[in-house]
Amino acid sequence: MRRHRALWNAVAAAVMVVVAFPVYWMFVTSFRPNSQIRSAPRFLPFGTLENYRAVFERDHFWSSFANSLQVTLLTVVFALFTAFLAALAVARFRFRGRVAFLVLVLLVQMVPAEALMISVVKVLEGWDLRNSIAGLTITYVAFVLPFTVWTLRGFVGGVPRELEEAAMVDGSSRLRAFFTVTLPLVAPGLVATGIFAFIQAWNEFTFALVIMDRPEKETLPVWLQAFNFGARGTDWGGVMAGSTLITVPVIVFFLFVHRRVAAGLTAGAVKG
Amino acid sequence: MTAVLSEEGAGASPAPSGGRRSGSDRPARLPRPGRAGLLPYALLVPALVALGVGLGYPLVRLGVMSTQEFGLPQQFGAPAPFVGGENFRSIFGDPYFWDVLRRSLVFCAVSVVLTLVLGTLLALLLARLGTVMRTGLSVALLLAWATPALTATIVWQWIFDARYGVVNWLLTRLGGDFQGHSWLSQPLSFFFVGTLVVVWMGVPFVAFTLYAGMTQIPGEVMEAAAIDGAGGWARFRDVTWPALKPIFVVLAALSTLWDLRVFTQIYVLQQAGGITRETNTLGVYAYRTSAGNDFGRGAAVALVMVGITLLATLFHLRQMFSQEEV
Repeated sequence: MRRHRALWNAVAAAVMVVVAFPVYWMFVTSFRPNSQIRSAPRFLPFGTLENYRAVFERDHFWSSFANSLQVTLLTVVFALFTAFLAALAVARFRFRGRVAFLVLVLLVQMVPAEALMISVVKVLEGWDLRNSIAGLTITYVAFVLPFTVWTLRGFVGGVPRELEEAAMVDGSSRLRAFFTVTLPLVAPGLVATGIFAFIQAWNEFTFALVIMDRPEKETLPVWLQAFNFGARGTDWGGVMAGSTLITVPVIVFFLFVHRRVAAGLTAGAVKG
Repeated sequence: MTAVLSEEGAGASPAPSGGRRSGSDRPARLPRPGRAGLLPYALLVPALVALGVGLGYPLVRLGVMSTQEFGLPQQFGAPAPFVGGENFRSIFGDPYFWDVLRRSLVFCAVSVVLTLVLGTLLALLLARLGTVMRTGLSVALLLAWATPALTATIVWQWIFDARYGVVNWLLTRLGGDFQGHSWLSQPLSFFFVGTLVVVWMGVPFVAFTLYAGMTQIPGEVMEAAAIDGAGGWARFRDVTWPALKPIFVVLAALSTLWDLRVFTQIYVLQQAGGITRETNTLGVYAYRTSAGNDFGRGAAVALVMVGITLLATLFHLRQMFSQEEV
């Protein structure tokens, strides 16, 4: 048994190294000057911030950062608001079309965004919304919504409806009870779901690639790919610094919500 | 975006299965119908409008575009004439389209099988580890899972870089002649790298979900099987596998959907390697056709993609609904 444990530990260590290596390598490379990158690889972090400085000074980095931040935050706000209302409807009421709506949400979640790249651009062009934050936000909200609705539905279900009813006995309207009683109680769910929406909008590449095709309108992922393509293997330090800047916030958020969502959902299951 | 959305989204919370647990016993205590009136419908309006504007209408437009012909006059603003099923006839009659379709399906099948097999093995490994090693491995898997598709692809591109990549350096040191070897200029090694990226990103979700499923199997059952003389394989086949099969089917369906429409990974590697004709998959092909202003045929290819996805989805939904009451 002990021999087995040692064997499994060795296997796990090997897997760990292989799985984590790309992220580690991105990080290490981002701190090495390009002159050294072109010699033999070194595996320990080596300190220079030169690559990061180059990224900050690079054309359109800050405008892309601002665009990404705006689109992402707007997406989170609109998606959470719409999804909270929809989640209330499906979690608190039995009505004709409820199951149809849930099936629609599931179906819509499966529609491949990649297939809609072309027609979304045509539609937004027709509304004069190509290369605009508003146009990209509309698209993102639609694609984030199914997941947001589905998750918030679980969180709303975890709040005992008796609490709302108590408020209603005290003379509150049902809609008011939703906002004064339920909303604060699903705050953890809103945070977790919001962070997920944040991650998705922040990472999104394909729609941004076709919708925001002017350099000053790029979002960070589109900016990074343009940098990567333009550098053609000559500035790996800079490209990795850019990649790290985009990835780190996502990883931090992800580690955070990963547990949070799991906890929220199990709590809902126990209480519901 | 749905690719990203579902890979991380549906993944981390198991979107569908997450809602399922808390949802199952709710309907019994819902208010009497009729009392609610129009309120639930009013609450759904914003969501329906957002979905209709951002997704429904573009989908309709895609359908319309697939029946139109776009040529030089349309680039100067002339309305596109309707040509019925001409675009579909054209792509179905084009051997290259069938090449692309076959390539997409093979790529998807290989990636899904690898993702599921490796995910299952890792889940079994997680179950056999002590707390420290399990946490370590989980963190490594979370890192791979959390990395955005774009940066992940760029990092792998760097790892396999012809001149300074660490893989060529390592293989050369191990005695091979890989100095300056370009992995992305040959279709086969191109897809080797592509599959690696997709599988690396996809395995953690499968491993975590299956591991969570395994922890639900009561320890006594395993012990009883062991006492009855069942070896490791017999225990997996007769206890673990039947318990995990429903989860496994859902994971297989989801992985198929995601790997079928993969765009970012292929597109970025193509930009890096320079070959496109031999490496186009459906999504990238639709995009490139449209980028050449042939929107009609591009839309037709995209619709074929939607169709295939829909078939896979219906299968997936049937599985889900047979397992739970929504």
